[in-house]
Amino acid sequence: MPDVAVTARVERVYREESRRILATLIRLLGDFDLAEEALHEAFFVAVERWQRDGVPDNPRAWLVSTGRFKAIDALRRRARFNASRPLLIAQLEALEQADWSDEDVEDDRLRLIFTCCHPALAADAQVPLTLREVCDLTTEEIARAFLSTPSTIAQRIVRAKAKIRDAKIPYQVPTLTELPERLDSVLRVIYLVFNEGYSASVGAELTREELTREAVRLGRLLVELLPEPEVMGLLALMLLHESRRLARTSACGELIVLDEQDRSLWDAGMIAEGCALVERALKTRRFGPYCLQAAIAAVHAEAATAGETDWPQIVGLYDVLMQAMPSPVIELNRAAALAKRDGPLAGLTLIEGILQRGELLDYHLAHSARAEFCRQLGRVDEARAAYERALELTQQVPERRFIEGRLKGLGVR
Amino acid sequence: MKYLCLVYSNELELHSLPDSPKDAECMAYAESIQGSGRMLAAEALESVQTATTVRMRNGKMSITDGPFAETKEQLAGFYLIDAKDLNEALQVAGHIPAARVGCVEVRPVRQLNP
Repeated sequence: MPDVAVTARVERVYREESRRILATLIRLLGDFDLAEEALHEAFFVAVERWQRDGVPDNPRAWLVSTGRFKAIDALRRRARFNASRPLLIAQLEALEQADWSDEDVEDDRLRLIFTCCHPALAADAQVPLTLREVCDLTTEEIARAFLSTPSTIAQRIVRAKAKIRDAKIPYQVPTLTELPERLDSVLRVIYLVFNEGYSASVGAELTREELTREAVRLGRLLVELLPEPEVMGLLALMLLHESRRLARTSACGELIVLDEQDRSLWDAGMIAEGCALVERALKTRRFGPYCLQAAIAAVHAEAATAGETDWPQIVGLYDVLMQAMPSPVIELNRAAALAKRDGPLAGLTLIEGILQRGELLDYHLAHSARAEFCRQLGRVDEARAAYERALELTQQVPERRFIEGRLKGLGVR
Repeated sequence: MKYLCLVYSNELELHSLPDSPKDAECMAYAESIQGSGRMLAAEALESVQTATTVRMRNGKMSITDGPFAETKEQLAGFYLIDAKDLNEALQVAGHIPAARVGCVEVRPVRQLNP
């Protein structure tokens, strides 16, 4: 009967170290599936062996070493079926403890993240692969989070792993010249995961907490491993959005807009952490779009009440953001801020300009923003038409309820 | 590992855009890849107007004028290279001068089983 204390220790080591060990095994073995098998077998052996011999001084190194031997065994069993195996087996046997020393461990996690987010992988595979390999979510959990089926997710992951193997995508942290574009991909994946959790695109729940938590965790890991300004900016942006979670929805799941949120429900710790990161990032003068978006969020976070929001500063930040990353959605958000500074007519003019250019015609927030300004200007019929258009364009239940509420407020036609 | 880099571009623009490379630049790049030991083969191709497509069905050969399919962008040339991994292959492919005005498909070569 395994000792309860040893089993508990093994479980703790799994919780705290399994991702690191997996990353190292993936690098050493050059294969995701082989590494996962090896990882599980190593932990299985640990339960029995540590009870007999005691818990080793360096559990991580012990598990990597054991995993390696288990992998060699597995490859030997399959060697008959694959001619390339003998070479791999020989390489694995030649490895020494030095090849998985502690200093390399953090590098291995970084290598793993960059590999899972390699732009050569299908765009819809990067997120599930990262969540599976770096965050240890099951395919069922990932499928649930993205409202897909486990078999669809599993297929994408399998194809991505096959591409890594067949096209020989290496497990490497990108070189300095490659880093900007590669980092973009990683940040994009993390932000996609966060956004999917923060405002679920379909369904009855407004947010899916487990996804935002994973994204923030990934962001923290990345800042630790690679303290670049845009990495800090992304983490800050996510923390500042997360800080408002409790105030964003009412007890019955209704959407509460920023202006009307109870700011005492905002998480002061996250706000402090986020603002500090923004400051650090902006000081480097190598900041980009994530830092700027985080800075905007920080200005909101620092206002004790909606009325005290420094809108001119926000508009100024949007001006800079538009230069770094011109996009109609950013233009829309700038219009909303500008309206706070200069009045609803100024905002309305900008939004109508965007729509007239043929942009954002299918974006529900563009129409609801237009409706809001029309409403404030007393142009009730136009407001109603715009809200109805917005309603046609979103499936999200809390957002629909919000728009329906506004429609009701306009009065009967 | 061997990779084939297929250079595609719109023939009508390939040589006439502001960023289009001249032959001298293309040859210089090929030489640099040769010098780095990665070159296995590389050629520019004549226009797709000179292409002929052949098929063999039921022992009968059929010949048609033109490329296998009409496409917006056409195959302009290729590089067959030896690279350590995909990242290295992508670096070589991305710096092919024609990549500035077209695109390059990078695919690993499959070892056939004897």
